[in-house]
Amino acid sequence: MTAEPFDRLAATRTTDGAAAWLDTDRTEGRLVLRAGGSWTLAHAPALDQRLRAETGRAGQAQVLIDLSAIRSLDTTGAWLIRRTAGDLGERGAAVQVAGLSDDLAGLLDQVEHKPEPMDIEGPSVNKLVELANRMGYASFEFCRSAANLTAFLGMLVVKTAGAVLHPGRLRLRSLVYHMEQTGLNAMPIVGLLSFLIGIVLAYQGAIQLRQFGAEVFTVNLLGVSMLRVLGVLLTAIIIAGRSGSAFTAQIGTMKVNQEVDAMRTIGLDPTEVLVLPRLFALLITLPLLSFYAVIMGLVGGAIMCALVLDISFYQFVNQLRGAITTNDLLVGIIQAPVFAFIIAMVGCYEGLQVSGSAESVGQQTTRSVVESIFIVIILTALFTIIFSNLGI
Amino acid sequence: MDSVAPAAVGGDDRSADSVISVRGLRTQFGPQVVHDNLNLDVRRGEVLGVVGGSGTGKSVLLREIIGLMEPAAGTIEVLGHDTRRLAPKEAKSLSGRWGVLFQDGALFSALTVGQNIRVPIQEYTDLPSDLMDDIVRLKVQMSGLPAFACGKFPSELSGGMRKRAGLARALALDPEILFLDEPTAGLDPIGAAAFDQLILGLRRSLGLTVFMVTHDLDSLAAICDRIAVLVDKRVIVDTMANLMETDHPWIQEYFHGPRARAATGAGQTSG
Repeated sequence: MTAEPFDRLAATRTTDGAAAWLDTDRTEGRLVLRAGGSWTLAHAPALDQRLRAETGRAGQAQVLIDLSAIRSLDTTGAWLIRRTAGDLGERGAAVQVAGLSDDLAGLLDQVEHKPEPMDIEGPSVNKLVELANRMGYASFEFCRSAANLTAFLGMLVVKTAGAVLHPGRLRLRSLVYHMEQTGLNAMPIVGLLSFLIGIVLAYQGAIQLRQFGAEVFTVNLLGVSMLRVLGVLLTAIIIAGRSGSAFTAQIGTMKVNQEVDAMRTIGLDPTEVLVLPRLFALLITLPLLSFYAVIMGLVGGAIMCALVLDISFYQFVNQLRGAITTNDLLVGIIQAPVFAFIIAMVGCYEGLQVSGSAESVGQQTTRSVVESIFIVIILTALFTIIFSNLGI
Repeated sequence: MDSVAPAAVGGDDRSADSVISVRGLRTQFGPQVVHDNLNLDVRRGEVLGVVGGSGTGKSVLLREIIGLMEPAAGTIEVLGHDTRRLAPKEAKSLSGRWGVLFQDGALFSALTVGQNIRVPIQEYTDLPSDLMDDIVRLKVQMSGLPAFACGKFPSELSGGMRKRAGLARALALDPEILFLDEPTAGLDPIGAAAFDQLILGLRRSLGLTVFMVTHDLDSLAAICDRIAVLVDKRVIVDTMANLMETDHPWIQEYFHGPRARAATGAGQTSG
């Protein structure tokens, strides 16, 4: 190898025990840098430091970079040599690079040019401008999507009416499939959650009403709230999270795969093929599920009453008959088709808004769930006010 | 695993110079057997093209070699390490020695191209950040991307540019082996030819070994030293010229079809 190096640097961190080193030899007006070992990425941090220190010192007129002892070289090593030669050259030295074997010389040629300045982080913007920008964009988006959703609602009403008038055009297989998916398969989760809510409601109600010695009215509380509001609201929220999101994801994925475009070119109407079966499936199943949720909630409450309040099952039913009317059930269930319409509409609309990437499927699914739950709760408030004003 | 019968096909060169060595590989999806007692050696410094009909498990083979999938049986050695018996730490250092280009680049969508290329460098080294950025710029240049692409997000780039960006990320750590999954699929002929030349140039200057799954007969003819054909759940490896003489019906059809004739004709005149 080279003459006894007086300033040898051995990098420490390698897996194969290889080392990289750099000798410097300063004579008057002449600097000789002898590089050796494996000039690879693993040694780069140490080599980088050394080379910076060398180039930072007072400049010599002539520099020779001797690479004859280099065993292996990668892009990073080649770049370090290139950079050093370039930097020294800029300081006015006459730089000569020599001694690299032909195999490795090609690599040095690869990194011949100084990389052009490139922006790695992407465009940076003023935070304040960014904030204003995003607020403006969000407001605009809100109005735009409200308008679009309204337009979609109008289109859907027309098509739904068309389908009701010509039921033959409805795709039966698809309808039944979606009824199974959104209705039958949702029964365990809807049933369990309503049952638990029934238990919680009975228990909390009992604690409060006990103070007045009116424990038996727990049954009234449970019956009225379950029938009028909670049964249907709970079901709608579960279904928005479960089936509304599924609608968006399914249709969105089809959009990404260009299946929706293919449908259009074949002459199929995506609304008729994709949206209407889902819409009708929910219109049918959500009222049924709501009724089922009401029953499960009452069962949960009845069990709680029997265990904690000593109200027997017979007493419970008796009290319940006095507390509620068919009207209460109807007031609750009548909301179900409206919610079903909203959930299916928002789910399918957001699915059709998916553009290109798989990423946007996720975004639209989130939006779909948030929007449909938002609308469902607003409508619940609205219904409650309307019904109480009408005295129903 | 040690008692695997001597390989019948493609197993004649278990030399010290094979960087990937697959022995007795068996892949199964339920009752469907994709590979059965498959043997394959990839020599240091070669460009190996892997071809085969749809469903013959080309991409599956690639995924098994790089450890994304577990084979049902068999051993896979990459750079002398049995990939299925590695401790997590060894596995990580091994995967720093190869680069993978997935079909559509598989760039991280939340990061710019430059940041994408920086990810492996950050993960495996502790370079000062300006040197890291220099290396990123270098890789962008080496992969033939225009400078403005560096600060763009993957969604703002064309398919061809995404592939080049994916290649730049695969090359970030100067790997010894480069795995390419259909690198020229979806590129126009000019772009595909340029990509082929890029791979050849990088192979020459970086001393890469390239494992390339492809259907592009032009690339096969232009840049592959040997071709591995997946037929009958095994692999047959040979040079293109020798394969064209093989009398297996599928290989015959593959290399003597109308498209193949055009490609090999062009490859021979230009090379």
